Amino acid sequence: MSAAKTLFDKIWDAHVVDQSDDALCMIYADRLMMMEMQPQAFEGLRLAGLQVRQPSKILGVMDHVVPTINRAGPIADLISRKIVEQARIDYEEFGIELLDIADSRQGIVHVVGPEQGFTLPGVTLFCGDSHTATNGALGAFAMAVGTSEVEHILATQTVPIQKPKSMRINVEGELPFGCTAKDVILAIIGKVGTAGGTGYVIEYAGSTIRDLSIEGRMTVTNMSVEAGARAGMIAPDEKTYAYIKGRPRAPSGEDWEQAVAYWRSLPSDDGAKFDTEVHLNAADIAPQATWGTNPEEVVAISDTVPDPKNAPDEDRRGMMQRSMEYMGLTPGMRMTDIAIDRVFIGSCTNSRIEDLEAAAAVVRGRHVADSVHAMVVPGSGLVMREAEERGLHKVFLDAGFEWREPGCSMCIAMNGDYAEPGQRCASTSNRNFEGRQGREARTHLVSPAMAAAAAVTGHLTDVRELTLRGE
Amino acid sequence: MMKAFTVLTGIAAPLDMINIDTDKIIPKLHLRTTERTGLGKALFDEMRYNSDGSANADFILNKEPYQAAKILIAGDNFGCGSSREHAPWALVDYGIRCVISTSFADIFYNNSFKNGLLPIRVSKSELAALMADAKDVENPELSIDLENCCIRRPNGAVIEFEIAPYRRKRLLAGLDDIAISLQKQTEIDRFEQQQAHDQPWLNKATV
Repeated sequence: MSAAKTLFDKIWDAHVVDQSDDALCMIYADRLMMMEMQPQAFEGLRLAGLQVRQPSKILGVMDHVVPTINRAGPIADLISRKIVEQARIDYEEFGIELLDIADSRQGIVHVVGPEQGFTLPGVTLFCGDSHTATNGALGAFAMAVGTSEVEHILATQTVPIQKPKSMRINVEGELPFGCTAKDVILAIIGKVGTAGGTGYVIEYAGSTIRDLSIEGRMTVTNMSVEAGARAGMIAPDEKTYAYIKGRPRAPSGEDWEQAVAYWRSLPSDDGAKFDTEVHLNAADIAPQATWGTNPEEVVAISDTVPDPKNAPDEDRRGMMQRSMEYMGLTPGMRMTDIAIDRVFIGSCTNSRIEDLEAAAAVVRGRHVADSVHAMVVPGSGLVMREAEERGLHKVFLDAGFEWREPGCSMCIAMNGDYAEPGQRCASTSNRNFEGRQGREARTHLVSPAMAAAAAVTGHLTDVRELTLRGE
Repeated sequence: MMKAFTVLTGIAAPLDMINIDTDKIIPKLHLRTTERTGLGKALFDEMRYNSDGSANADFILNKEPYQAAKILIAGDNFGCGSSREHAPWALVDYGIRCVISTSFADIFYNNSFKNGLLPIRVSKSELAALMADAKDVENPELSIDLENCCIRRPNGAVIEFEIAPYRRKRLLAGLDDIAISLQKQTEIDRFEQQQAHDQPWLNKATV
């Protein structure tokens, strides 16, 4: 019998086209997802006189610069309009299917892939966006690439990569009341650090991960890059197959049976070796909120803002001091005393139907605080329609939220949705970097339920107390 | 065609911060371009310019002699965050061809090589020595020799560094990855035929 293999080993081995140059492997790309931000890749093809090798294995969307309101006419912002128009030209010229802004399936690239059944267990999937690992929740090897690599895949349907190391993060036990997938991944990043996964592919395992819904798993894998890893994945199981079955691009009929039989062979073998293993107990996880300017600067909502004096080393002390200054906080203040100006519920991390349900459950019967400007941006047109069928938009609108159309919106704040200088935003997105949600804007990363709680109280709030009081 | 990298001698600027993320290197508003060039003026935008657009005199690249820096010495985990290749494009467009740190984010590290930008990993003590060299405004000049994988310091001392042989080879010759891979058409064809046979459902699904 051959050596025990990890999920990642199995997918990797099944996609090596060639390995001639020492450590470098030529890996086949089963899928490429694109959005409007890589015009340079197509320009590169034109300059070199190259064609797209496999247009049918590529799916394009628009998400980064698309407005979330007033979408009837051309985009008012001329730079964004030019980007979108160029993408239409590129997709058309090279024969790539595009789910354009007016398409009911349009949305954030990492929401659309799984939703359309384009993402499947066992496939290699690449996209020129760092949150591509989202797709790994279905048991795919989904890795973020740069524009040059996108161009490489367009031309050859392969990408040269050195095999990353493997890390397994095991989370065991039942999640405490009020905790969600977002709290799990924030707690993981708090433990391993923003560079802890550098050089690794992460497999998330353990009973807590298995007990998450597929959408919850996507929230976890989504933030792999915030721990430094280019890819994160979760073994496919019955929940995965149930999620995929019947989706537009999923196999069907006899093909389905064959596919599932193959997918069942993918989970890591007993005894498979990982380069690093990390263990967390779900019981130790509380609802999380970031206080600083990178995702590892995170604490439980019941904690206080940490003191740089207690930093483990000089480098970290410097970083914490800079974060403290940027965020306008003082050490020792209670997290729940931090007042909020903006609330953003959306992004590839938390914009799926369950996320909106979780937020709506907190909002129902309450109203957004007078001092807060809150908005919900569904991850895709299909999520939006589903939410409207369930009446969630009414819950949000009645409570004083804005209900927008799908896109990346305030997660990257390049479409006209942004926070003003000095404004503080409770956000369900993935990055709290300086300037991320607008110049001098301040971001606190939280779960959808926590964001909803902050919206109705006007300050960061322990959702557990709010939910208990409300019941 | 990628610019070859052999020996680089130039001023090294000290950027003594850890976790310099891609949003700091090139803020997203500057990503809305259809070009690869011209991003140098937006490099480190929010640290380099004041809100009114004037130069922030405290920022290292606004100080003599560092405006002409070709090398950057930075704290741990440089380039974390986004996959935006605009980060190496902006550095190269500014004139920086080498970044030295104790570690780099994977995607940034990988993107750099595609654009003739050499990221060098050194130990913590070596970084401290190079940071001190760079902070000496009288003589902050380093020489990077990729052929021999070493950094020559102003005092004549040499620090060796490691780099994957395939990366070194490609950078030294300015080889283009796509051109190399296009020579493997036969292997790609063979892979596709085998996969279509083994997993016939896989590509029906994408139609």
